[in-house]
Amino acid sequence: MLTRLAMALGLMLALPAAAADYAALPGGRFASVLPADGKAAPAQVAPFRLRTEPVTNAEFLAFVKTHPEWRRDHVASILADARYLSHWAGPATLGGEAKPRQPVTRVSWFAAQAYCESEGARLPTWYEWEYAAAADATRHDARSDPAWRERLLAWYSRPSNAPLPDIGGAANAYGVRDVTQPVWEWVDDFNALLVASDSRDQNDPDLLKFCGAGAVSLQQKENYAVLMRIAMLSALKASDTTNNMGFRCAKP
Amino acid sequence: MKRLLLLFVLMLAFGAVHAAGPLPGDSVYNLKVQLTDQDGHRQLLSERRGRPQLVTMFYGSCQMVCPMIIDSMRATRKALDPAERARIDLLAVSFDPARDSVAALRDYAAKRQLDAPAWTLARAEPAEVRQLSGVLGLQYRQLPDGEFNHSSELILLDADGRIVTRTSRIGRLDPAFVEAIKRHLGGT
Repeated sequence: MLTRLAMALGLMLALPAAAADYAALPGGRFASVLPADGKAAPAQVAPFRLRTEPVTNAEFLAFVKTHPEWRRDHVASILADARYLSHWAGPATLGGEAKPRQPVTRVSWFAAQAYCESEGARLPTWYEWEYAAAADATRHDARSDPAWRERLLAWYSRPSNAPLPDIGGAANAYGVRDVTQPVWEWVDDFNALLVASDSRDQNDPDLLKFCGAGAVSLQQKENYAVLMRIAMLSALKASDTTNNMGFRCAKP
Repeated sequence: MKRLLLLFVLMLAFGAVHAAGPLPGDSVYNLKVQLTDQDGHRQLLSERRGRPQLVTMFYGSCQMVCPMIIDSMRATRKALDPAERARIDLLAVSFDPARDSVAALRDYAAKRQLDAPAWTLARAEPAEVRQLSGVLGLQYRQLPDGEFNHSSELILLDADGRIVTRTSRIGRLDPAFVEAIKRHLGGT
């Protein structure tokens, strides 16, 4: 009995992420700031599950302990830049600057992906993230409410070197917490947002950059708190880490 | 228990990659990507280590820029002298694994006369395609009609998989890029 208990405990310690909570979101047609066809088409979001909270320092610490190739002193520089987890006291210790319940930040897209994979999950797509972020405490789509926009914008005025609060904010109508704050979040298709315009019709082959449909024209200009997210994500490389970029995971 | 087993298998897999010798940290070969080429041969991306590579990403059904990407790659190779040509491999990986099956890649290679062993057209699983675009710094986005928006670049990797230089001049030869390849091959 004791051995069984110890084994169960050992399993839980080895795979703490397995305990993460996911909320089921119904999906459907969604008017994204990023039209599906680059012009005006709504996005189609399939039903999915989303982690109710961002991944914390404590959870990411447990991950690097079981996946030492993701320790900051082991990781290949092409998968995570020099700032990766640099606010931790050591490669496998958090220390005073990184509280266990704070969202983990300074993680690259590759590291975030690997973490989600270890949890049997993946990163959410941009549309999934934007869909979840459209909700407030009572409505699934609160985006037309100026108060919703102001709350989003207020977050940007927070100094980026201020300590991050712990996770555990109020749940939105889907039961998902901390979506738009305290951190930015990686999405699976961060390098698919393509805000640069297609230059195919400029008749200059030197400028040919994108193949396929025409320029992506962003919608809902008044929703610039969300548009800023796209601009930020588009500017990043997959190995980049920033003080405020964390992540959560999704499942089908 | 199944998860632990999976973990163990994964660790073994990583171990095998590392056993090939220490890779520079900035090598794209640090990424595990399972490629399948136009002849159905499976190869890890990292198994291409040892020879410089000209790399791009494309998709077979693309009517617009992609044929020009392949043309530019061919023209770049042609601009090298035969001795240089023999020392570099070409790799084009599809953005579109759903439609670019092995058979589709084989047809494409035959139609465009992209002969092995110099040319490798390859597919990988969708998650690994996204990761590969991440290390190469390329962007792509699938549209509702099945087409893709994507950046078009040729990238030179050294024998250890580090990015030496790149060009986004597609549709005609980029002399500076050719010069950089020659310099690199001359210096290694």
